[in-house]
Amino acid sequence: MTTISGWGRNPIVEARVLVSEQLDRITTEAALTRGLGRSYGDSSLPAPGAAAVAASNYADRILSFDEATGRLHAEAGLSLADLNRVFLPRCWFTPVTPGTQFVTLGGMVAADVHGKNHHVAGCFGEHVERLWLRVADGRIVECSRDSEPELFRATLGGMGLTGHILEVAFRLQRIPTPWIWQESERIENLDAFIAGLREAADQWPFTVGWIDCLTQGKHLGRGILIKGRWAKTDEAPQAAPRPRSGPSVPFELPSWVLSRPSIRAFNALYYRKHMARRRRGIEHPQTFFYPLDAIENWNLMYGPQGFTQYQCVIPEHAGGQGVRRFMELLTQLGGSSFLCVIKDCGEQGQGLLSFPQRGTSIALDIPVRGAKTQQLVDRLNELVIRERGRIYLAKDTFTRREHYLAMDDRLDEFNRVRRQWDPHGKIRSAQSVRLLGDDA
Amino acid sequence: MRAVILGATRGMGRSLARELALRGDQIVILGRDPEELARSARDLEVRGASGEVHTIGCDLTQPETFAAALDEAQERLDGFDLVVVTAGIFATQDELEADRELTRELLTVDFANTVVFCEEARTRLLARGGGTLCVFSSVAGDRGRKPVILYGAAKAGLSAYLEGLDHKFRSRGLRTVCVKPGFVKTGMTAGLKPPPFAGEPDAVARTVLKAIARGKPVVYAPPIWALVMAVIRALPRFLMRRINF
Repeated sequence: MTTISGWGRNPIVEARVLVSEQLDRITTEAALTRGLGRSYGDSSLPAPGAAAVAASNYADRILSFDEATGRLHAEAGLSLADLNRVFLPRCWFTPVTPGTQFVTLGGMVAADVHGKNHHVAGCFGEHVERLWLRVADGRIVECSRDSEPELFRATLGGMGLTGHILEVAFRLQRIPTPWIWQESERIENLDAFIAGLREAADQWPFTVGWIDCLTQGKHLGRGILIKGRWAKTDEAPQAAPRPRSGPSVPFELPSWVLSRPSIRAFNALYYRKHMARRRRGIEHPQTFFYPLDAIENWNLMYGPQGFTQYQCVIPEHAGGQGVRRFMELLTQLGGSSFLCVIKDCGEQGQGLLSFPQRGTSIALDIPVRGAKTQQLVDRLNELVIRERGRIYLAKDTFTRREHYLAMDDRLDEFNRVRRQWDPHGKIRSAQSVRLLGDDA
Repeated sequence: MRAVILGATRGMGRSLARELALRGDQIVILGRDPEELARSARDLEVRGASGEVHTIGCDLTQPETFAAALDEAQERLDGFDLVVVTAGIFATQDELEADRELTRELLTVDFANTVVFCEEARTRLLARGGGTLCVFSSVAGDRGRKPVILYGAAKAGLSAYLEGLDHKFRSRGLRTVCVKPGFVKTGMTAGLKPPPFAGEPDAVARTVLKAIARGKPVVYAPPIWALVMAVIRALPRFLMRRINF
């Protein structure tokens, strides 16, 4: 038995973890496959009564790459960090990247991850061509938009519940240089922020905002808007960027370290540090895409009780007012968070449970404080349901089943496809027990 | 470099092969399972190995396969200047104490057959004027210890053999690198509880790559194990009888 958890370190469970370089062998007896465990809550944890969970992270071979088209076929445990190490210097990059590179291809498919270019590139699933799954009856099934298309769509964003993802084929994107040209801007309040994101979306492939969600009144939603694109050859340094590694949090810090006053101070400092209204220049791609990866084990900062991330999308028709109502409720409930991340989303993806939809996504880190955290998440979820938005499963730990069911009208379709491939509910996770009503 | 690797499909061998590929070495991989070899060969090619990565059947349990495999590798690479051996088997002390046949197999593969393979590799390297023979032994061979009596004995023999080669043949151009990994998280050690200082295969590979470049005869990986084992070697017997390390 091994102790495992998601990135939020809550919950932490004992589980039998099967590890091998040959994922196809260990998945026959596992109820779930997990990658690098970077989902925050219980998505990658086995259901309490389940036999075992397979770890994919040593099944990480690249099986083919086509220089002409960028098509890459690899085992599902290949990490984005490894992919970047090999391909960034050659001017190829994943078409969609989440905010950490310590994720596996399988995890990126299962969560149908999105990134700073969602408004133009959609989710990762849009770029996936083919998947190889070990389905519940033990067979290995190949699926794509042409073959077993229902299984394919249900697997994009399906949290690994449709089958064990063994291999993934998708297309890398050609980039002019492996460096980023970045421009950042100080924004005074929420309305300016939403307008700024909308405006930037037309000209920039990558946009994201960090907002201070502890400031109330007319400065509510002040923050930094970050925009970027791949640098042109005449802008970029000659040499390829060298992989960077930074300091590491050596052990679990006591929980008072991240308390409301310290978070407030950090947020104010972050805003004020951006002295000039506007800054621009060349940036290291790791700093641009994965700022938090620079501190190894940063999740230990949240102390023994861990933390949860709350991420929801407020749909476009709720407008800026919807986002404002969310932020006001958050400050009213006293939900302290490090800078929250705000991002405009493009069209909903093809994945049956894919998270983004046209509107505004908001993500915040919340230290876990027992019943108070449950209450906070409940209240936020009630608002999200009223605004007809939804939450991101890869981040969730505390959502109640009835709330989740009220958020997503695509669930019936997903359940139907899932039952077709797994009539006895063999493949399941702690999260699917909690949210989808699977047997423990 | 032109490298031959026995054990490149898994664990530390896989990581080391990738480091060699990334810097553009020409590589031939030896192993048992043709399908696994083929997958690893494609991986190394995409990662930057120079030319096609050829695969050749070779089984550490069958010494009669060694000479032919190395001859074929020599042909494919038009001579090689680096031979890496990471293959081997592992079993816990409890498993070995309960199974005499497993004990015999482990001692044969990890000591006798590995040494025979190295003899075949060394003569070919020396015939070409030298090169590097990099072999994965273990910290378990540094001292007789309760949790690794049998595995450690095989590795102690292997380490002694490699040291002898270094003494005798370094002046003729043969550089031996004896790698002593501490606990490293791989498929092989899955199910064991990682102790403090447990390493990752990629980090071990980078440490070993530097040692190969410098021709260091002994390298501990992760490097902290050099210190740990220095302490363990210095402990008096009466203490070793009491502790379970």
